[in-house]
Amino acid sequence: MAIKGRPAEAPGLLAQLDAIARAAMPGVTTAAAMVLAAAPVGLPSLVPAVALAGVFYWSLFRPGYMPAAAAFVLGLLQDLLGFAPLGIGVLSLLLVHAGALRARPALVPRSLLLVWIAYLGVAVLAVGLGYLLQAVLGWALPSPRSAAVQLGLTAGLYPLLASLMSLLRRGLQRAESLA
Amino acid sequence: MIRLSVPLRQAIARLSVPALIAAAFGTMLLGKADTALVERGRMAVADLLAPIYAVSSRPVLAVRSVVLEAEALLDLRREAARLREENERLHQWQAAALALEAENAMLRRQLLFVPDPAPKFRTARVVADAGGTYARAVLIATGPFLQVEKGQVALDERGLAGRVTEVGARSARILLVTDMNSRIPVVLEGSRARAMMVGTNGARPRLQHWPSGMQPQEGERVVTSAEAATFPAGLPVGVVRIGENGWPEVELFAQLDRLDLLRIFEFGLAGILPPEAVARPDPARRGH
Repeated sequence: MAIKGRPAEAPGLLAQLDAIARAAMPGVTTAAAMVLAAAPVGLPSLVPAVALAGVFYWSLFRPGYMPAAAAFVLGLLQDLLGFAPLGIGVLSLLLVHAGALRARPALVPRSLLLVWIAYLGVAVLAVGLGYLLQAVLGWALPSPRSAAVQLGLTAGLYPLLASLMSLLRRGLQRAESLA
Repeated sequence: MIRLSVPLRQAIARLSVPALIAAAFGTMLLGKADTALVERGRMAVADLLAPIYAVSSRPVLAVRSVVLEAEALLDLRREAARLREENERLHQWQAAALALEAENAMLRRQLLFVPDPAPKFRTARVVADAGGTYARAVLIATGPFLQVEKGQVALDERGLAGRVTEVGARSARILLVTDMNSRIPVVLEGSRARAMMVGTNGARPRLQHWPSGMQPQEGERVVTSAEAATFPAGLPVGVVRIGENGWPEVELFAQLDRLDLLRIFEFGLAGILPPEAVARPDPARRGH
């Protein structure tokens, strides 16, 4: 016979909605930032930089709120927003997600600077993979300058995006402690 | 929420990344196999986001105009001097143009020349950068009052900018002439030599396939050619510049890095014909 206790109280509808909204926050804000980054400001495309920073940050600090499926959907959004062959964004964001999950124990307690340096490595790998896949799928050698510009943007934007996301993360933590 | 047993949940968590990576390769194959489906998906996303872009384009425009304003204020003096000089030069050109126009009208009267109909155009706002890292394209907002079709030509206020490649219900994509996949038949105005203008994803597309012995010269004007029946002849494109490695390039008249309005021209041309629409000679009748 199993030991019977009193079953835990079922969470109310509002509490459940609240939890769903919290869990969706990282993915939705990243997607919204990607959509806004596609605005024509005369700069090279910011969309991949924003997507990569979002997936990396949330996979590292709140993996529960950035599941692999969310990385998949964000990658699909990146490919559909841009003109690139389908699948490049999906694959690179998934790999970044998996890598960030692996690196969690080593990176989470470190300072922002160290995380940024680790992110530089991730950015080099992701941009390199994107360049390679673009060359294979498009069957033409793309110009290395665009890749270099993308790498610079990806690496340079991270501190700004990370500080915004850490504000959001603190807000989420407060909301959780209240719930 | 669906309740699952703990081992099952752990197994799903462990398997989800490899499964999704396999799915990523699946989407790659799908993208290669069924381009029409991908195109429909892209335009569906673009249509869905078009209202958001339309709303956000005002603040974006404001930011951009502030930046431009600051730049303009910084070199106001130099700009004024340049404009005075240019104005003098243009006055001379105006005189020349008026003289040529009068002469042209006179010659036409003598030749019973049937002039080309003036092309009609619609103006559309550029709402998003639809290129990405390795492509050059923009998204324009369309709608019930602005119908565009695949293959139509887009110009900014100075010159050729690109061509409509994908059309949705509320938006359309313009592939810019600087894109790697862009091939535009052009004519060098001085020598009347035909050539292809090939995008490189850089700021200046290259010239290729000019007739032998007719090397493009620095400073020659480049206009579109009606060669492939996809473009009307004579649209202004740019000026030939010899690049660093000696290859002739085209400095475009259009300012592709600051597009905000595009004129979409309706020339009533067939556009880019799909391969199946090209009439082939019937092999059965060839023997007669």
